[in-house]
Amino acid sequence: MTPIHDRFTPLQRALHWIMAICILAMLFIGVGMVSTVRPDYLSLVSIHKPLGIVILVLALIRLVVRLARGAPPLPASMPEPMKLAAHLSHLAFYLLMIGLPLIGWGMLSAADYPVVVFGIHLPPILPHSNGLHTLLWNAHRALALCFFALIVLHLAAALLHALVRRDGVFQAMASWR
Amino acid sequence: MIDRPASSASTVRSLALIAVVVVALVTAFAFTAGWLSPGRLTPAKIVNALAPPGGAALGFRRNHAKGICFTGSFESNGAALALSKAPMFAPGSYPVTGRFNLATADPKAPDATVRVRGLSLRIVAPDGSEWRTAMIDAPFFAVATPQAFYGLLKASADESDPDAMKKFAAAHPEFGAFVAWAGSAPWTGSFAQEQYNSLNSFIFTNASGQDQAVRWSFVPAAQPEAVTPDQLKARGDDFLDADITQRVHSAPQRWTLVITVANPGDPTADPTRAWPEDRRKVEAGTLVVKAIEPEADGPCRDLNFDPTVLPPGMHVSDDPFPAARSAAYSVSFNRRTAEDKDYPHHPAGGATP
Repeated sequence: MTPIHDRFTPLQRALHWIMAICILAMLFIGVGMVSTVRPDYLSLVSIHKPLGIVILVLALIRLVVRLARGAPPLPASMPEPMKLAAHLSHLAFYLLMIGLPLIGWGMLSAADYPVVVFGIHLPPILPHSNGLHTLLWNAHRALALCFFALIVLHLAAALLHALVRRDGVFQAMASWR
Repeated sequence: MIDRPASSASTVRSLALIAVVVVALVTAFAFTAGWLSPGRLTPAKIVNALAPPGGAALGFRRNHAKGICFTGSFESNGAALALSKAPMFAPGSYPVTGRFNLATADPKAPDATVRVRGLSLRIVAPDGSEWRTAMIDAPFFAVATPQAFYGLLKASADESDPDAMKKFAAAHPEFGAFVAWAGSAPWTGSFAQEQYNSLNSFIFTNASGQDQAVRWSFVPAAQPEAVTPDQLKARGDDFLDADITQRVHSAPQRWTLVITVANPGDPTADPTRAWPEDRRKVEAGTLVVKAIEPEADGPCRDLNFDPTVLPPGMHVSDDPFPAARSAAYSVSFNRRTAEDKDYPHHPAGGATP
């Protein structure tokens, strides 16, 4: 099923790097906006919501592309636990990229806020409920912090592959050369 | 694809570089989140400062904690379409969920002890867009900036310095006018006799794209009747709820929405500065309050009357308060909705009306 190639396709690489910028910006905006009462608060919130929808759409496209095109095999020299960690981290990335925007949308729905992005009124995806709101709000915050931690680990591992192991794993996603 | 294996010296250099990158990213994140800036005014700090000495009343709004819900309609006459293309300004009738409230953190405060009364509204247009607003009956606000509001909360709760309030008033001369209003303005015996004012300035945009700075007021149809605070104390702790329930039961209560248009140069960033009386005023329609419901099971209970939830044709101005209020209301909402069990939906022992 998985074709034999040693790099991700150009579309996959483009999606990866565009989403990397979007998601990092999203996480910084998220923690920044909840910690200020300045007018920036409204600007940041007004970026956070549409950017979340953009990430959701890109993540769904990326999932389809990944299922269709697969990923280059990890080098045989990698120890099995490291391979397992790589596979699990990719699974976690997909769950978070798709799950966090949906949780945010659901959280706003459960609070009975109108959800307007790019001037379009999105329908509520959950009923008005204090219990649901609390559950999703806590999940949104906790999973966002986990997402940031996962990105830090991912970056460290990518650099380890690039600079120390030099096994081609980093080059598989690097968009240059 | 397979490069030369790294030498041990270059491995150490690489690991050090990776550590530097990780530390830099985590530090930037922590800084953005305010974790390295204990002095930053966060919405949580404002909400914490609103809590009375005994702690916040769990399950209730952290300010304007005492209130009662209502439903009704906004009957738009179409006159405000010249100012804003907001869909609820087109002629017609739009459903309203609202709340009369008192500016106190204590949901059990006797009505006669709370100087400032408020009105919150959610007006919904057929396309789903919403206009949420939360107003008070003071003619101007107490302080000019959110930072000063926080300073006021800290000064009023400061037990270590008996002169804290004097120092605050000296540093914020605009506060004097509010104190003078609070001390001299007549009290009324009814939510129905109060005029509620946005105080904050907003920008309205009409269908031709013209912007106007505005403020608005809901002016009561009922004639205000002055009552002394001592007379109000004798009416019991919850006379306002009883009064509005009885009035609305007898007949719908009405307010006229009056939009005041700024002249060029009028202060929009400072809600302590009222605009001159001669400014152009547009009567946009009538708020009709048709049914009162106690808050515990009422439709306003779990709504956040965030004043930045605005329809197309309205947006915030350079007034810094709506953003700060939005941030703080969100913290209050997140906390109280997580405390549902502390504010039972069916009040203990109370007959549901």
